[in-house]
Amino acid sequence: MPVESWLIFLLSFMIVGSIIALEMKDLLSAVISIGVVGLGVSVAFLLLQAPDLAVVQFLFEIFSIVIMVRAFIKKDYHREEPSRVNKILAGVTLITLIAVFFLSVPLFKLLPAFGEPLMTTSRYYLENGAAETGSANIISAVILDYRAYDTLGETTVLFTAILGTLTIIRIKKRSKVAEEEKP
Amino acid sequence: MNQQAGMTLIVKTVTRISVWLILLYGIYIILHGHLSPGGGFAGGVIIALAFLNVMLAFGRDFIKNWLNIEMLHDIDSSSATMFLAVGILGMAFGGSFLANFIPHGTLFNLVSSGTIQVLNIVIGLKVGMGLFIVVWALALFHLDRKELK
Amino acid sequence: MTVYLLCFTLLLVGIYGIITKRDLVRIIISSGIMGYAVNLLIVLFGYKNGSIYAIFIKDTPVSPQMMVDPLPQALVLTSIVIELGTTAMLVALAVRLFEKYQTFDITKIRRLSG
Repeated sequence: MPVESWLIFLLSFMIVGSIIALEMKDLLSAVISIGVVGLGVSVAFLLLQAPDLAVVQFLFEIFSIVIMVRAFIKKDYHREEPSRVNKILAGVTLITLIAVFFLSVPLFKLLPAFGEPLMTTSRYYLENGAAETGSANIISAVILDYRAYDTLGETTVLFTAILGTLTIIRIKKRSKVAEEEKP
Repeated sequence: MNQQAGMTLIVKTVTRISVWLILLYGIYIILHGHLSPGGGFAGGVIIALAFLNVMLAFGRDFIKNWLNIEMLHDIDSSSATMFLAVGILGMAFGGSFLANFIPHGTLFNLVSSGTIQVLNIVIGLKVGMGLFIVVWALALFHLDRKELK
Repeated sequence: MTVYLLCFTLLLVGIYGIITKRDLVRIIISSGIMGYAVNLLIVLFGYKNGSIYAIFIKDTPVSPQMMVDPLPQALVLTSIVIELGTTAMLVALAVRLFEKYQTFDITKIRRLSG
């Protein structure tokens, strides 16, 4: 079967999985469904000849599932049922999004067909990458030699996000210690 | 108390054997980043998952004795500085920021491609330590929240 | 083009979830869905028919003309890592909000103001 048929099947499966993840009342099932959607993205990356991305997507998605389960699932969590869905907002959003979808069909017609990319810059990277950087993995050569400045920016963003998470988590401990130290 | 002390004996025994293999696999993926798929990010997450495996199997208090969390903080922060130092050295020796100034060597060797391997190691350490510290802090917070109730 | 439209539908499902849902955990899940959809869409733009991954192997000559486009894959690698940082920070915020207001419902959090 050609790659495009596999991708259509996989994407339909992911759309159904994400709708299930949004509509299930039980929280653990929703988190597991989003894990399955992430796994589907990883398999799609494998089909699109990107093994680097498949490995990174799979591992980072496992990590975010672990963080979500660790933080949200506890034994005495009772299901928060909203009293009623805001029907007006849901209806208006649905109609607007369907309109956006139909308006974007001519936009996607303008792109090159699936499977025939333009590759103006990438031709240079593929032909001269191994000789100029000395690395066999062209993606490593692109992110760590040709575009190393973007990787510096990404490292800074990850650093800041981790520092922000630690600051948010630790405010309570410091305030609790300050309350205990008050006479 | 029992829940934070970890899991059953089978899980603990298997973790004792397998955590070193997982760490070795993570280091392998970091070092071979320029030869096979993976690189610094995937290897760093595998190292963080190895530590997470120990924390889930043995409990949070065991990690406080086994790993020095302050040292992990220091490795994380200094890796960001080392990235910048490689860049500035590249400006001194190579002519532009983050230039590849270490001699390349032959293709397909393990030690080749200059600063690409050094940057892979730096990124692997940073991502690994940083992500494990986030999960450790969330687990700490989880315990405090239960004690409050 | 069907593949592009299906991926765009996944993005629209994520947007619907962020606008409509009242549970903080569903909002975090929807932002994750949007992240997956955007990353997949960018990599879909770079696929070449009948191509192979962009890694040179020893003793196996592969012509660079038959390799897939490496530039979208390098950009998406950055994006996947940043998505994890964003999710971790959202989870920390949600946990702190629950600890203060004892609910995940955003309409109730708006009502209590102190």
